[in-house]
Amino acid sequence: MSRILKIETPISESQVRDWKIGDVVYLTGTIITARDQAHKRMVKFLEEHKGMPFNLKGLAIYHCGPIVKRLNSEWIVISAGPTTSMRMERFEDKIIRSLNVRLIIGKGGMSAKTGEAMKEYGAAYGAFTGGAAVLAARLIKRVRQVEWLDLGMPEAIWVFEVENFGPLIISIDARGGNLFEEIRFRAEKNMNRIIS
Amino acid sequence: MEALSLVEDVAVNLLRLAVIELPQDVKEALKRAYHNESNPLGKVQLKTMLDNIRLAEETGRPLCQDTGLINFYLKAHPKFPHIEKIEDSLRRAVARATLEIPLRPNAVDPFTQKNSGDNIGRHIPFIHWDISDGNCLEVTAFPKGGGSENACALGMMTPGEGLDGVKRFLLETVIKAGGMPCPPTIVGIGIGGGADISMKLAKKALLRPIDEPNREERIAELEKELYEAVNATGIGPMGLGGDTTALAVKIDFAHRHPASYPVAIAFQCWAARRSTARVYSDGRVEYLTHKVS
Repeated sequence: MSRILKIETPISESQVRDWKIGDVVYLTGTIITARDQAHKRMVKFLEEHKGMPFNLKGLAIYHCGPIVKRLNSEWIVISAGPTTSMRMERFEDKIIRSLNVRLIIGKGGMSAKTGEAMKEYGAAYGAFTGGAAVLAARLIKRVRQVEWLDLGMPEAIWVFEVENFGPLIISIDARGGNLFEEIRFRAEKNMNRIIS
Repeated sequence: MEALSLVEDVAVNLLRLAVIELPQDVKEALKRAYHNESNPLGKVQLKTMLDNIRLAEETGRPLCQDTGLINFYLKAHPKFPHIEKIEDSLRRAVARATLEIPLRPNAVDPFTQKNSGDNIGRHIPFIHWDISDGNCLEVTAFPKGGGSENACALGMMTPGEGLDGVKRFLLETVIKAGGMPCPPTIVGIGIGGGADISMKLAKKALLRPIDEPNREERIAELEKELYEAVNATGIGPMGLGGDTTALAVKIDFAHRHPASYPVAIAFQCWAARRSTARVYSDGRVEYLTHKVS
């Protein structure tokens, strides 16, 4: 049976290792957006042994390219749902292993390489409902920092403070479970039945 | 030139309506899906979608941050005033809407990766023209999200396999896509013609309201059969499992070459945004998909 968990950042390894696929997490604390170009740059920085202008330790990466609006000196988040996580599959294992991230938030799930890094290091994947962008924006209380704005609004790194950010469905856990792959496996069996 | 500034204003309104409020048929289909869904995780997803739809309407904000690549579908009488300048008006409308609503800047140069910042670029917004005999210009705004677009697929099937091949290709595509196109989706299927024609038909089929089956009974029956097949996969809302993988399957077709059997599958995410208005040459405006006070 799935559990409902209220979690605060920083997230510890033992916390993450306790989570199981199907658990529902509501997160309070700091999450950092990163999508295609930001991931590419993070990996490049790692290869060149350059420091990041933000700290991900114990925090969550959010696959999201938000709409934000500048009002005087403040950034207002208008709409900020998740983007498809699979595009980050080629980068995420390196990020998890090197930058101490404990939670990846996105939509649509990720694959084996990310799953292995999560199992080894102690991290999980939480699926947020795709398109639920106004709800997400409402749960984002403040923009604390923005970096790499040269990549454009959707691709920049946005550091958000969030309250009860969720529901996040834990769909890859640190025990080797992957809910999306289980469902796809069952769907393939169903397909053989449907077309026969 | 009054007609042109009217078209520009209407197009800005259409973009605003489209990205903030889903058409009634889509909202009703999502409510039905929530009511019928038996998988608890799938039901949580549908609940979150319905909450988000309500919040977007209350706050007047775009319900999804991905306000899409902007497409317009036009039906126009050839003698509509200043028809040759309509495309310029629509481009101005997109730039204005990007600032005023706001929309997310989504037009990126594929070589330099530079975002133009205003949703305008080469061939973007893309404008599809149809010639019609009414005394009006019908404009449909169709902002198309990237997640559902990335799941689109084209299969050049073997004619010998026929409709069985269509069904197999559809299910393989739906399963491979999983949660990525934000299910429950509307699935558009274009059969026949050539590679480009089948995809054009598949995309255009996404504009047909959910509660409007194909006018040809045999195609309407196939739509129902494939809709049930897609939902029997169990992929479910956001790919997290359940009974609702599609809200509808919409089919269109063209005659094919004897050697070819093109099948195009296009997806529209649950946030199936579209809006349509008619601008008459006497200046009247009629909104078809949304109530405008």
